[in-house]
Order: sequence, then structure tokens, then C-alpha cells
Amino acid sequence: MARVLLRVPTSAEKGAVIEMRALIQHVMETGYRPNAEGVVQPRDIIWKFTCRYDGEVVFNATLSPAIAANPFIAFTTIATQSGLITFTWEGDNGFAQTETRHITVT
Amino acid sequence: MKITRRVLLAAPGALLLPAPTLADRQSLAAALREFTGGQPMREGRVRLDVSPLVENGNAVPISIAVDTPMTAADHVRRIGVFNERNPQPNVITAQFGPRSGRAYLATHIRLATSQALVAVAEMSDGSFWSERVEVVVTLAACIEG
Repeated sequence: MARVLLRVPTSAEKGAVIEMRALIQHVMETGYRPNAEGVVQPRDIIWKFTCRYDGEVVFNATLSPAIAANPFIAFTTIATQSGLITFTWEGDNGFAQTETRHITVT
Repeated sequence: MKITRRVLLAAPGALLLPAPTLADRQSLAAALREFTGGQPMREGRVRLDVSPLVENGNAVPISIAVDTPMTAADHVRRIGVFNERNPQPNVITAQFGPRSGRAYLATHIRLATSQALVAVAEMSDGSFWSERVEVVVTLAACIEG
């Protein structure tokens, strides 16, 4: 499991716009870089990031090799109701990771 | 020209020269066309924030914000970021909706060399807005070794 840093508010007022920041540990190998032996390293990136709020997709992004190692993404959503916010990363070589946070909406 | 030892020693330096620009502009234009589906793109409404002078191309913070109320009737559907001189023109494409609250996206990217970045937003009425920013990179990302 890759290490993940998530910044998600634990509570928010109903209707408030909340900012979420997600960072995951990953090399994001571009597929253009030769290693010390001069052999080009095969591509190994995270190409999909999805955020679901109570099961509904509120944000998703398609990443490319131009995203820096340890991809960081910040975005916003509206706090609608108390529930679970799920973050999913998908990548090359079957990489898949999901993290969940609970938010209390008042 | 006679190949001297001096010429051979200087040869690796030639690899550091910028790649042909015409091909770069064409790949950028092709990527933009694919994103907009050939629709006209207007300047404005989009704000692409990136430092004009980047010291390290390996992790360049960028953020994109679009001037929109983000209601069901008027919101941003997609934001795409493209570059001119990395090996691939695409950087990131994100989907938004009325539940986003704001049309805002921030990330860290790689820049292979000094070049232009273009951010494009697709609005719910089908129009496209963009901003183009020139960035100078002093230490390039090791994208191509």
C-alpha cells in the first residue's frame, strides 16, 4: 500500500464549499527515461483519480506522465450530507488504492 | 568537417538544444483540437496560476480557477491542461459538475523545458475558454533522461 496524505475536513456546514487535498506516494515513471544501463524504463503511472461523495462521483481526473512524482491533487466540493468520501487511484501494473474519510455535515 | 576529439566531446551538448518547435506546436494544437472537438476557443474566464520562473521542473505547482457560478444551469464541465514541449502534450484533464462548488484544480506537474502551458475549460453551454502562460524552467524535469 502506498502512503497517502489526505486533507479533508471532518465537519462542515451544509452547503459549504470544502477543499480537499490528496497526495499519494508513487514514482510516476514517465516511460521516456533511460535508467543507469541506458534501457528506457517502462511507463508506470497513476492515470485515474476519482472522488466519490456517498457513492456519487463528484470529481475525477485523468493524469498523464507530466504529473510530478507523488501526485498531488486539490479540488473542491459542496458538503451536502454526513457520509463517506472515497478517494480512488488507479494506475499501470494493476495499481489500485482506495481511501475513505467520514465527514459530519451540520 | 573532420571529426575531432573536440567535436565528439561537444556532441552531447547538442542533445540539450530545444526540440523542433513546429512539431511541438502541432502536437499541442492536435491535443487542443481533440479536447474541444474543433470548437472555437476564446481567451478569458480561466485563470492558470503558475510561477513564471520555475527553478525545478520536476514538481511545478499549478492551479486553475474558472470564473463561473457553478450552478446546474451554468457550470464548468471539464478542465484540461496542455503543454508545448514535454514528450506528450497532455498534462491533466478533470471533470466537474454543479456539486464541485467551485471550478478549482491544483496539482504538481513536470516541465521538460521552458515552454507554454494552456488551460482550457469547457462550460455547460458548450463554449471553451482558455488561458496560455509562458514558463521559463531553469532545471528541467528528467522526463527524457
